[in-house]
Amino acid sequence: MKRETWINGAALAVLLGVPLWAVMADEPFIITLATRAAIFALAGVGLNLALGTGGLVSLGHAAFFGIGGYAMGILASHAQSYAPIMEAPFLIEGTKSMPVIWLVAMVTSALVALVIGMLSLRTSGVYFIMITLAFGQMIYYFAISWPAYGGEDGLSIYVRNGFPGLNTLVPLQFFGLCFAILCLALVLMNAIHKSAFGLALSAARQNETRVLSVGMKPYHLRLVAFVISGAVTGLAGALFADLNRFVSPTMLSWQMSGEIIIFIIIGGVGRLFGPVIGAMIFILLEHTLGGLSEFWHVYLGALLLGIVLFAKGGVIGALAGREKAHD
Amino acid sequence: MKLRSAALAAAMALTGATAQADVKVGMITTLSGGGAGLGIDVRDGFMLAVKQAGRDDLDVVIEDDQRKPDIAVQLADKMIQSEKVDVLTGIIWSNLAMAVVPAATAQGKFYLSPNAGPSPLAGKGCHENYFNVAWQNDNLHEAAGAYANDAGLKDSFILAPNYPAGKDALTGYKRFFEGDLSGELYTKLGQTDYAAEIAQIRASGADSVYFFLPGGMGISFLKQYAASGVDLPLVGPAFSFDQGILQAVGDAAMGVKNTSQWNKDIDNATNAAFVDTFQAEYGRLPSLYASQGFDTANLLISAMVKADVADADAFRAALKAAEFDSVRGDFAFGDNHHPVQDIYVREVIKEGDVYTNKIIATGLSNHADAYAVDCKM
Amino acid sequence: MTTLLFIEQMLNGLQFGVMLFLMSAGLTLVFGVMGLINLAHGSLYMVGAFAAAAVAAATGSFVLALMASLAAAALAGALIELTIIRRLYDRDHLDQVLATFALILIFSEGTRWMFGSFPLFLDVPSVLAGPVTLPGGIQYPAYRLSIIVIGLVVAAGMFGLINRTRIGIRIRAGEADREMIAALGVDIAKLYTFVFALGAALAGFAGALVGAIQSVQVGMGEPVLILAFVVIVIGGIGSIKGAFVGALLVGFTDTMGRVLLPQVFGLFLEPSAAVSVGSALASMLIYILMAGVLVFRPRGLYGVA
Repeated sequence: MKRETWINGAALAVLLGVPLWAVMADEPFIITLATRAAIFALAGVGLNLALGTGGLVSLGHAAFFGIGGYAMGILASHAQSYAPIMEAPFLIEGTKSMPVIWLVAMVTSALVALVIGMLSLRTSGVYFIMITLAFGQMIYYFAISWPAYGGEDGLSIYVRNGFPGLNTLVPLQFFGLCFAILCLALVLMNAIHKSAFGLALSAARQNETRVLSVGMKPYHLRLVAFVISGAVTGLAGALFADLNRFVSPTMLSWQMSGEIIIFIIIGGVGRLFGPVIGAMIFILLEHTLGGLSEFWHVYLGALLLGIVLFAKGGVIGALAGREKAHD
Repeated sequence: MKLRSAALAAAMALTGATAQADVKVGMITTLSGGGAGLGIDVRDGFMLAVKQAGRDDLDVVIEDDQRKPDIAVQLADKMIQSEKVDVLTGIIWSNLAMAVVPAATAQGKFYLSPNAGPSPLAGKGCHENYFNVAWQNDNLHEAAGAYANDAGLKDSFILAPNYPAGKDALTGYKRFFEGDLSGELYTKLGQTDYAAEIAQIRASGADSVYFFLPGGMGISFLKQYAASGVDLPLVGPAFSFDQGILQAVGDAAMGVKNTSQWNKDIDNATNAAFVDTFQAEYGRLPSLYASQGFDTANLLISAMVKADVADADAFRAALKAAEFDSVRGDFAFGDNHHPVQDIYVREVIKEGDVYTNKIIATGLSNHADAYAVDCKM
Repeated sequence: MTTLLFIEQMLNGLQFGVMLFLMSAGLTLVFGVMGLINLAHGSLYMVGAFAAAAVAAATGSFVLALMASLAAAALAGALIELTIIRRLYDRDHLDQVLATFALILIFSEGTRWMFGSFPLFLDVPSVLAGPVTLPGGIQYPAYRLSIIVIGLVVAAGMFGLINRTRIGIRIRAGEADREMIAALGVDIAKLYTFVFALGAALAGFAGALVGAIQSVQVGMGEPVLILAFVVIVIGGIGSIKGAFVGALLVGFTDTMGRVLLPQVFGLFLEPSAAVSVGSALASMLIYILMAGVLVFRPRGLYGVA
């Protein structure tokens, strides 16, 4: 077995083991942290398809994260107040059911990703980074100034949404749900990576001309990848909003987009488990450094810098002793 | 157990002795990044009161929310689940308060707000465990509207950032101002250049300007307004004229009228002692936010003297009574647990090299907020 | 709106654009020559403003403050180029984004550690305080007029430096083919340090100029950084001319959008809704402009393929 596979297994084991330990040690907050890590990892897994496999550095993925969050916020707040979202031309009611919310979050994010992708994929390189940033900012300012759903104050949901057969208010059960979804997403990404589509997408990143010359259209490959990527990140957004029972425009900010990218780079770009390990490390740093000093951002910055400069290929790359991800 | 603590509390209420259970306070506030100045002031004011009380049964845990709502929610979870705090406090910003307070009070914790007072929490969303020690968000703006009437202003140009607190601000001003409005503008949140807005003010024919631009936005606006040569009188809430940022505005702020529920020259012994000890302890003049942190801690301590925190009903009643020496002089809660208080009009002056404020009038006396009628508690 | 007010607002747009150019010139230069995305450019802007405020407070001289901003930002720029940035030239954009993002964290909290959490004071020099009356009776702040003039002078200087001087030739050659000019005996490492320090100095200078009419505080660089990126992307990354045109375009669009959109919506919406919707759209306008430009010209207005 390759060393990277062992590392991946160990990461999952830690992510699953810590909350189980926390239940026994009666440290419910640790479970919350682990849930946060799992959800951020899922957002990163979504982005990693576009960024790692497709080579599309999107600095606007917070848009999908936030849209997922608002899908949950809007549906649940309407269900909470028993006011339908719209009555004409047909009735749409709010809901507190997670599966429905997830579906809506994914479909909405996918549709927005389709529009943004169609326009943005005409550019490449730095221009792609910046045009995705521009779309993210548009949605961010829209959310801040649109009064119907709280504007900058955001939307609070008083009780976490429900999932059939589970009590999502129990921290461990909600963690289990998020962990299961993360695993499903990893399986899906692995399958995509190995599929003809995934190979073609990878090829389009490495050598666009060759892909063109065998008659495939990189634009279409990338668009599909961008849409799937947006939908997965949107699902993570819905879960994140449910974890906090709250959604606000900060989920849409460019700093959020930056953080999702950071998870991926810390772990290792284009590696299946890169975002998982990256998100875990980021949460750990945020949690432990914050207690050290009022000026802990300095240490965080220095650590990030160290990772970029000295751990090429991210933490997985450094541990597995291979700089380049397996293509 | 419950019976015993109730009996104990009753016994102690009779003898006037202190309650026995330790009170654990979780303070979530902004200590890093751009808005850190406000959080540091609230923390320092709060901790000064704690230190002066010298109680060893009061334990304060402080965490930095980085001004991010999701971090604030996470910290609240941590404090409730792991630290097992009895009381939460410290949040500066309305959007963070909206994220944390409803869930915390629903879990039976007390929340004492040292700064933010969003309208939903004062009206329909009020809660018996939520106490606002500062103001409802509209209060200072309402007093500014009332002051504008008293000052004989007939026609205002009003502006605020385009987000909920900005809309509340202009609504609050309009609720009391009886004159006309030559212009009403919403600027981009975080905007730093106001040339276009100032040109519109110049052309509007108004006789006064009311603006709510907290923090750096206000500094930028004031400097640019002073350089523009427009000389209409400015009125604003205290947030743009506070001790922390006034030095950065400099002469551009001189003479501007602003509304506040506190100032360092309010004449009472508690306030004089607070200003002196704060300066001695931290080497700077206290701000509005520091005064609010100080009052919040003293309110909490006054309740600890009267009741055991384990007996939520008694503790709540003790908080509601608000029998502590406030730096504002008289202090009382309305039915929705928001202050009923005097709001003053201040003028920016210079004392030696230091820019500061002095009270010149009372804008509104014994003022409660407009949302109390919606509160069913 | 009267013609006079319209002209005044056009001046405001021009002044905002010139300010943006000062900020963007260094960013686009560094990207064009070294291929580096520098998110920490905003931090250098902040360093310049803080240095100026500190020196102005100590000496009372605005000219000394401006010189201090140039020196401090150039020094900070050279320092991070020598220690960190030069390791990033061969890396992909992702690594550059993360490393320079880390630098933002270090600069911001480091500045807060040195100067405290409260904004600093920096005022316009007394000779430029207050308004002047322009032909036609427009009252316009003297300091803003000076910013327009200084910005145009800097722009002319930049064009001259790039197009007319030996160092400019090397910079352009470095953009075109770095191996070749290295082979021709140009010390490419020194050239890069120089270009980076020059870009940093421009950012710091802009920070000091703007700091006098805005707020000198930690975090002041990030909003401007985003705007500067919008500018250079619209103009075409690496092109000084593009940055100039892009900056003016963004300056006019943003200013006129803020002024006109609420009025336009006022024609068919009730006043409070018009103000609200108009302002919301105005805050999104430059991003709409940028997306629009990129959809039709994927490499910006003056970008080369």
